Amino acid sequence: MAGSEVKVLGTWASPFALRIHIALGIKSVTYEWVEENLEAKSQLLLESNPINKQVPVLIHHHKPICESLAILQYIDEAWPSAPSILPSDPYHRAVARFWAAYIDHKWFTWLKGVASAEGAEAKKAALDQVREGLVVVEEAFGKCSKGKDFFSGDRIGYLDIVLGCFLGWLYVAEKRNDVKLLDEEKMPGLAAWAIKFCLDGAVKDVMPDKDELLDYANMVFQAMAKAKLNAPPNN
Amino acid sequence: MAAQKVKLLGFWVSPFAYRVIWALKLKGIDYEYIEEGIFNKSPLLLQLNPIHKKVPVLIHGDRVICESYVIVQYIDETWPHCPLLPQHPYERAMARFWADFAETKLLDTAWLGLCARGAEREKAAKLAMEAVEKIEEVVKGKKLFGGESIGYLDICLGWISYWLPVWEEVGSMQIIDPIKFPATSSWMNTLLHHPVIGDNLPARDAMIEYFQKRSKDI
Repeated sequence: MAGSEVKVLGTWASPFALRIHIALGIKSVTYEWVEENLEAKSQLLLESNPINKQVPVLIHHHKPICESLAILQYIDEAWPSAPSILPSDPYHRAVARFWAAYIDHKWFTWLKGVASAEGAEAKKAALDQVREGLVVVEEAFGKCSKGKDFFSGDRIGYLDIVLGCFLGWLYVAEKRNDVKLLDEEKMPGLAAWAIKFCLDGAVKDVMPDKDELLDYANMVFQAMAKAKLNAPPNN
Repeated sequence: MAAQKVKLLGFWVSPFAYRVIWALKLKGIDYEYIEEGIFNKSPLLLQLNPIHKKVPVLIHGDRVICESYVIVQYIDETWPHCPLLPQHPYERAMARFWADFAETKLLDTAWLGLCARGAEREKAAKLAMEAVEKIEEVVKGKKLFGGESIGYLDICLGWISYWLPVWEEVGSMQIIDPIKFPATSSWMNTLLHHPVIGDNLPARDAMIEYFQKRSKDI
């Protein structure tokens, strides 16, 4: 069975696992999706990713590959027929890798910081930081896209996938905090890009419904708040 | 493009800048080195890397590339002779995974250990050792991560062979125990004896002095 040659261990709500869905879709690769329960991780996940024990994991010819950015590049190299995910020119590849690192290590850390910020002032500061990060990425979008629809030009590519996977969680942060983060006035390029990204053929059928994601997030944060309340005091 | 002039903005004690120096030297690429003062950043650095304001920055013709591991991959792809990344996609993915692992689980924790004191330092050193345990399994049975020649992962992890012992000394920590980690210790030794690495390292005494001062200031 061709599909069992490629397996993805992921969760429906994980933006990093979504990257793999999209990339395999771009390459028209048939794969088996294994929905993991992170509260009760499967033996396969623990064996495939003994280091971090996290999703996503891509298993190809029984060999596991971990870390979403490493997986994206692997997919591009293992299925080299068009359409490509990374640009072909080394300089544009470097630019894409640079911004992917910024989005993952800086911007997404700030987005996560919104949830953990306590108090109105800290929340506002965290949200401002996310918005400022998007302004920086807006400028990068302008330079990378050169007037076209996506970071990669006419079709979605590496950087589109890296940022686009967070759109659902960005919506969650907006709704939970009653603010606009992806602002059409401050970030017109990104706002238009986001709509086109979500409509892309490789994205629209695999992107989780944003309101389902919001319900899920509300449930998770409620459970976390309850656990914190019930936690024994630190002496 | 490959024939265009190459410049590198670095800082004499930065392990990140040395990744780029090693990659350029291994490939035999001529370049002009520009020393940056990290506490007194030049207008050039701020203009070329406005996002992070950090070295290293590679300037190749009119192209500017930042982030050491991005630069090393750019060098590997622009000058494909003497390849640094493995040829097979799976091996390349492994190299990328372990480079990222060592950065987040070892470099960051070892640095934290250097800057912390007391229990915090002990905790960081312990986490760093746990990371080395994993790296030991990867390098076991190998001369170098790249096999017979230095590769991408050797370059990304090369700081372990020279910067980490300095941090251990300054921080009075032991992270690399040669009895517990014989394969890693052997790899460190092999790397330091390679002419490109061994001949391109900052002076140890100056490093000790620098990191002693830095760890006090932080």
